[in-house]
Amino acid sequence: MIAFLIKRAANAAFVMLAVALLAFLIFRFFGDPVEMMVNEQATQSDRAELRERLGLNDSFVTQYTRFVGNAVQGDFGMSYRNQQDVMVLIKERFPATFELVLVATILSLIIGIPLGVITAVHRESKLANLLQLGSIVGVSLPSFVVGIMLILAFSVSLGWLPAFGRGDTVQIGWWSTGLLTPSGRRALVLPAISLSTFQITLVMRLVRAEMLETLRADYIKFARARGIPTDRVQWRHALRNCLMPVITLTGMQIGNLIAFALVTETVFQWPGMGLLFIQAVTFVDIPVMAAYLMLVSFIFVALNTLVDITYAWVDPRLRDDAARAGGANG
Amino acid sequence: MTDTVLDVRNLRVEFPTRHGTLTAVDDISLTIKRGEILGIVGESGAGKSMTGMAILGLLEPPGRIASGSIHLSGDRIDALDDRAMQSIRGRRIGAIFQDPLTSLNPLFRVGDQLVETIRLHTDLTKSQARTRAKDLMREVGIPAVDERIDNYPHQFSGGMRQRIVIALALCAEPELIVADEPTTALDVSIQAQITALLKRLCRDRGTAVMLVTHDMGVIAETADRVAVMYAGRLAELGAVEDVVRRPQHPYTVGLMGSIPSLRKDVAELQMIPGSMPRLNAIPQGCAFNPRCTHAGPKCRRDQPRIDSAGAACWLALEGATA
Repeated sequence: MIAFLIKRAANAAFVMLAVALLAFLIFRFFGDPVEMMVNEQATQSDRAELRERLGLNDSFVTQYTRFVGNAVQGDFGMSYRNQQDVMVLIKERFPATFELVLVATILSLIIGIPLGVITAVHRESKLANLLQLGSIVGVSLPSFVVGIMLILAFSVSLGWLPAFGRGDTVQIGWWSTGLLTPSGRRALVLPAISLSTFQITLVMRLVRAEMLETLRADYIKFARARGIPTDRVQWRHALRNCLMPVITLTGMQIGNLIAFALVTETVFQWPGMGLLFIQAVTFVDIPVMAAYLMLVSFIFVALNTLVDITYAWVDPRLRDDAARAGGANG
Repeated sequence: MTDTVLDVRNLRVEFPTRHGTLTAVDDISLTIKRGEILGIVGESGAGKSMTGMAILGLLEPPGRIASGSIHLSGDRIDALDDRAMQSIRGRRIGAIFQDPLTSLNPLFRVGDQLVETIRLHTDLTKSQARTRAKDLMREVGIPAVDERIDNYPHQFSGGMRQRIVIALALCAEPELIVADEPTTALDVSIQAQITALLKRLCRDRGTAVMLVTHDMGVIAETADRVAVMYAGRLAELGAVEDVVRRPQHPYTVGLMGSIPSLRKDVAELQMIPGSMPRLNAIPQGCAFNPRCTHAGPKCRRDQPRIDSAGAACWLALEGATA
């Protein structure tokens, strides 16, 4: 188990180094950083001095090493656009994205799982067929279309919910949360639904497929032969055996959701990292783009590694192997 | 008559398919008394498991009971809806399935599965049910029960798991146990232990057992009476000694000839030529006639019917070549 952990961590570190190289290349070679930073009146000697101060005359390897070293400490330099520390900007924006993704994930689970069970259990019924059809629509509709339609229906026509922004937020340390104020919660509804639509249908279809498989298992038939009520067999005995892949999918998809949030945040003008990134692209604000790239990659890699480790931990056979190895050593 | 636990009369199980209706169980009648073990033997697809599932009310759709009746201690149970059957399954009829490796839910501790079943069918509290679960586990021969009760199914061997399945079937002291190939998936040495255990537990409690198997050896050791099935029909029904020593139906004779024996000096195992017909191609007359060496014109024309005991064979019914 220890060897496995080390191997996985080394893999993750290697991937992050590769991503850092990419981010560094963007930073270093997409335009001249000096040109981006100085104003137009700067003299040639001013520029040379800045270039020297930024260490841009050092060798490639030295610069890359310095970039990685800074990145590990959370230092991505200054934003070109508003001369603020990039990490401060990200810290400001991260809570908004995180809360949006969190609520969308929870929504996708509490709606997707029951729908999946229902469509599997009553698979001949009209309702199940309708839901199946709906899920195909849900999978194929781009999330910005869903967002715009939601705004049209609930903000413009009905006027129930705000169309943009995050509402009022409360500051807890460096974390700003919109979950504690009524206007913050109201503002969250439409973006969260929009972001979770795809996810709901994904969870529903996965649960349905897993349930159909599990319901054929002998232990389900035997549970019924023990006289256990049908509902309990379906929602407890069968569903529990379906949840492993759902947990995996959800874990892996959080990375995707953060990436997808970029679109949703643009549609709803949600002040998260995605919107920050889009704005950075418009202004060619390379340090912000590099930091975003690094951060999202880090979340992806961390989640993947975590899922792999969870697998090893959950799979009883692997667990027994580890116990046996431990017993042999001890 | 109160002694009769299970009374199946003229049971017919059908599967409507696109290519017509298949009859998986064709006009089966049998009874099991209190404390009696009835063996049901036959090849794969003879309809023996189907009969068991029909009694449990667990036929997979589109399979259904087309006609006939099933009575459990005088109560008719074949026409009950699923909700009513839930209070019979596990409580009045216990079940044991073929493969102990897949009969238990892998994500629940065996103790939780026992407690769940006990509490469903009795008024015991959680701790009382746990005590009873331990008693049952001891009774079926699980060692170190206090520890083992919190183990997961994968931590038990196949034989141990089948013991737990038996404990689960006994949770509510049912009147009848339907055991569908309970030893088929086990090693030969374990088979004998499980069969002996099942026999002892049911003798002690007076539980009626329907023992479905394709293993004539298990039947000969365990059962009091035996029903031989062929192509969904009863071929022969009688006391085990009679059927084993003096089989009347040529199919049963063939089955007996195919059992390896250490005592008898047989040079070669006998084989029945041909194979059982498919359900959509059962021949007219006696279903066995194409494979029967004694078949006459009547066997190819009229279907022989079994009465209370004996054999569904014109030879046996009329005592001469038909």
